[in-house]
Amino acid sequence: MLANFGFGVLVITFLLSLYGIGAAVWGIHRKSPTWVDSARAAMMLTWPLITLSALSLIVLLLTNQFQVNFVYQVTSRSMPLYLKITALWGGQEGSLVFWSWLMSSFASAVTLRKWERDREFLPWVIIVALVTLTFFLGLVIFVENPFARYWQTPGGQTIIAMIPPAGATALIPPDGNGLNPLLRHPGMIAHPPMLYLGFVSFVIPYSFAIAALVTGRTDDRWIRLTRRWTLVAWLFLSIGLVLGMRWAYDVLGWGGYWGWDPVEIAALMPWLSGTAFLHSVMIQEKRGLMKRWNMILIILTYDLVIFGTFLTRSGVLSSVHAFAQSSIGPLFFGFIGLTFIISLALLLYRWNDLRSEGEMNSLLSRESLFLLNNLLFMSILAVCFWGVIYPLISELFTGQKVTVGPPFYQSTTGPLFAGLLLLMGIAPLSAWGHSSMKLLGRHILKPLVFSLVLLAVAAFWLKVTLWAALLGFWLVAFVGSVTLYEYGRAVLARRRATRENLLAALWHLAARNRRRYGGYIIHLGVIMMALGVIGIDMFQTQTQGTLKQGQSLQLDGYTITYNSLAVFDTNDNRNVARAVVSVSKDGRFLAELHPRRDYYYESQQPMTIPGLRTTLADDIYVILVDWQPISAQGATFKVYHNPLVLWMWLGGIVFILGTLVAAWPEPDPEAAIERVKRRATAPARA
Amino acid sequence: MAEVTTERTPAVRATRSLPAWAVVLAFILLLGFLAIIGLGLKRTQQGPIAVGQPVPPLTLTTFDGQQIHTADLKGKIILINFWASWCDPCKTEAPILESAWQEYKDSGQVVFLGVDYVDTEPEARAFMAAYNITYINGPDLGTRIAQTFRIRGVPENYILGPNGKLGYALIGGFESLDQVKSAIEQVRSDPRMQ
Amino acid sequence: MLKSRREIIALAVLGLTLALAFVFTPPVLAQQPTPSDDQVNAIAHQLYCPVCENVPLDVCPTQACAQWRELIREKLAAGWSEQQIKNYFVAQYGERVLAAPPRRGLNWLVYILPPLFILGGVYLVYRVLRGSRPAGAAATPLSPPPATPQPLSPDDEYLRRVEEELRKREQA
Repeated sequence: MLANFGFGVLVITFLLSLYGIGAAVWGIHRKSPTWVDSARAAMMLTWPLITLSALSLIVLLLTNQFQVNFVYQVTSRSMPLYLKITALWGGQEGSLVFWSWLMSSFASAVTLRKWERDREFLPWVIIVALVTLTFFLGLVIFVENPFARYWQTPGGQTIIAMIPPAGATALIPPDGNGLNPLLRHPGMIAHPPMLYLGFVSFVIPYSFAIAALVTGRTDDRWIRLTRRWTLVAWLFLSIGLVLGMRWAYDVLGWGGYWGWDPVEIAALMPWLSGTAFLHSVMIQEKRGLMKRWNMILIILTYDLVIFGTFLTRSGVLSSVHAFAQSSIGPLFFGFIGLTFIISLALLLYRWNDLRSEGEMNSLLSRESLFLLNNLLFMSILAVCFWGVIYPLISELFTGQKVTVGPPFYQSTTGPLFAGLLLLMGIAPLSAWGHSSMKLLGRHILKPLVFSLVLLAVAAFWLKVTLWAALLGFWLVAFVGSVTLYEYGRAVLARRRATRENLLAALWHLAARNRRRYGGYIIHLGVIMMALGVIGIDMFQTQTQGTLKQGQSLQLDGYTITYNSLAVFDTNDNRNVARAVVSVSKDGRFLAELHPRRDYYYESQQPMTIPGLRTTLADDIYVILVDWQPISAQGATFKVYHNPLVLWMWLGGIVFILGTLVAAWPEPDPEAAIERVKRRATAPARA
Repeated sequence: MAEVTTERTPAVRATRSLPAWAVVLAFILLLGFLAIIGLGLKRTQQGPIAVGQPVPPLTLTTFDGQQIHTADLKGKIILINFWASWCDPCKTEAPILESAWQEYKDSGQVVFLGVDYVDTEPEARAFMAAYNITYINGPDLGTRIAQTFRIRGVPENYILGPNGKLGYALIGGFESLDQVKSAIEQVRSDPRMQ
Repeated sequence: MLKSRREIIALAVLGLTLALAFVFTPPVLAQQPTPSDDQVNAIAHQLYCPVCENVPLDVCPTQACAQWRELIREKLAAGWSEQQIKNYFVAQYGERVLAAPPRRGLNWLVYILPPLFILGGVYLVYRVLRGSRPAGAAATPLSPPPATPQPLSPDDEYLRRVEEELRKREQA
């Protein structure tokens, strides 16, 4: 009953969005505001409808309606309540509904604003948003239907369908499969929604870009309108990626956070072009340059978003092969191909209108450095894309399957990321329009010297000899010094002028120029993450061994001793083997860790949770190897020593803070003009 | 659509407008790239070799070091069975195949080839000893044979007709001796296979 | 007590044989201590599971992968070098077990295309920057902001934004 209701509402929403597209097109054709307003109303109406449909799916999940295929796949009786709700995005069908709901929410939010100044954008924004929405709704309705149920035909066959064939009876399984154990982790609960939030928000700037291309308003109005959206989209995507890394670190059990798996890369690629876009639009805003390039970037980001959505659809790591073999692959491919071609055609149509309003005069000006930043991001993107595509190409042309793995990505993108770090250090010191070595040099000297001193101290104290690590540490120190130096200088200047205390100065400074100081804070977050990456990627060590109770493993001066084991069943249907392990260094006891192996009875899947000791300096990561016997007599442990990895997660938090500062709404410029005018006329009145 | 001019100053140096050849080139590159990916997708979508299609010549190196070429076996019916020691359904299938082999081995017209898919030799030999397998078996070196059939897992079974075309395909294991026999007889009597 | 000359000779021969045995028996190379997990993992880390997608062999939990790790252990115990073991895996399971495509044939594209693309990008950037002339010669009259040697102070930023808004209103 409820399933039919949810499905029916979805069909109505689908028809409604088709209507919205038609109404918008008609309104443009007839230059009729009434039709455009009707399209707008249709757009906004999709939101409550999809909400209803999503809610009915959630209710089905919560009430154990196992005759519904999706509910059977991702829930079971023993799952706690909150997991049943999050199971919505634990499978492909549900996550497509979730994606559609997000799309509808954001598109409605955008259509709520006042449109007086940009009337001609409105219908096109609606059209692009609705076309995307229609595609995803179409996928849900026709291909991956979460409301389909199990039926038993008179012939004894079990089928999954929305409408039962004649004479079929409902088949109600007693219990469900349960959510994949790998997904029952807080990181995995938040990671897909965050990623989807990021993906969906990027559709908004894209819609405005297309609107700008079609209507010919190719100045930077569309950028100004979507500036905050872009920033927020970027934030969500970044958090989504960081959460994914944290989840991989915590749960996948190989002591790392990034495996250069094609699915991970598919989520990284829109982030790369999105970050390039974030910087590049500033060039257009400040200098009127790079208009065509910004269009290319946002079109690329949109199509990469659709591609990334697909590959990470249910949050379960799958592979490019799974994508290729499913029925949904050709549909996505068709949609991506079509939108790319149409967008490119529009861009070429408006090519001449997107001429730059000037040129880059100075090699070291901020816009040139931003251009280099774009070059590096695009290069990384090209490397990633090529690495993902090549195995398919190899199989197509030579029949030979190959793996393109971490060594390829690390050696090619490593120097590029290092280059980006360097740019992060130099760019804040350079000015828009003009800069020179002399000017830069003056400002760079103090941070440079400071960073070299820091590096020397670190190198001698920590005895680091790896040149790549030394370079990395220096870059981190350099960028940190420059950022703090710039902030510090400005704070001092302000204090001299206003006599405020330090904190007030910091606050007001950031408030007056949120984008700049928010950007500085974000960059600080980035170098904190870079520090963590250098630590774990270049200095990770590991060991593995089978221990009897009381025996120990040694790693980098740490002693890990196997103390005891407890094996028990829990009330959510899993068997837990929990080892007690103590970590000490130089004889001094440091921590007691509890690596465990959870075995989920219903899905017959094991999962290992590491015992983790985290400090700013390093992590000790102990995991029970579950393909070897685990008993009180003997168990196999794998121990990883991961230096500096905590800085990655801390950096992620700083990211968020920085973006909040940068995206916080500024006082309305129109109000500011009023204030300026009043101040100018006030003396006359007084 | 309102045509709003975007030129802010007339003093802007006129940049060259995009030449036609560049447009055409950009599109050709883009479409070419999409075509490659599309073809790749289509190929992966295609499943295993379809019944009725010719099977390219295969070479199997047995565990004893001999080389068996399917080209030399033209005129005979070849049953190719993909298996692995770590595959549970293969264990159910093994005795069925062995008893089928016992029935056909004297006819001289049917050959059974067991292809061991990504396995380790000691475990493979132990598997064969456990089920008393006497027909020819060999590791699928480089997974070349598996890639020819584009198999998706084990067990899978394919029967080639006397003319080298694929006469029968089964994704999964044989469940009974009768099933094996009827499959072989089906290929034997199929006019397309002669 | 030794009874006869024959017994003395027999004893001497026995003693000599034993002594010679100790001297001439070569050290039993094949009987090395079983390779440790770390040694196996060092090699397994560089290989990929032949059946699963993109899972390195040292962390793959399946039974098949456990068998392959034992295979590595055996080969190490038999004295095989790392390269020999890798070659064996490639011969048995194909090139996909390696972490990067071997540099042969079409695979050269993997290593050559990215640098080419990056060079292409560098060239494009060079073109854009080359089109620039020193400040003053071709600077457009209205391109904001005028060349200031310092990064803008917060107050300038504010005024500049107000100015720009006013300018936009004039244009609209």
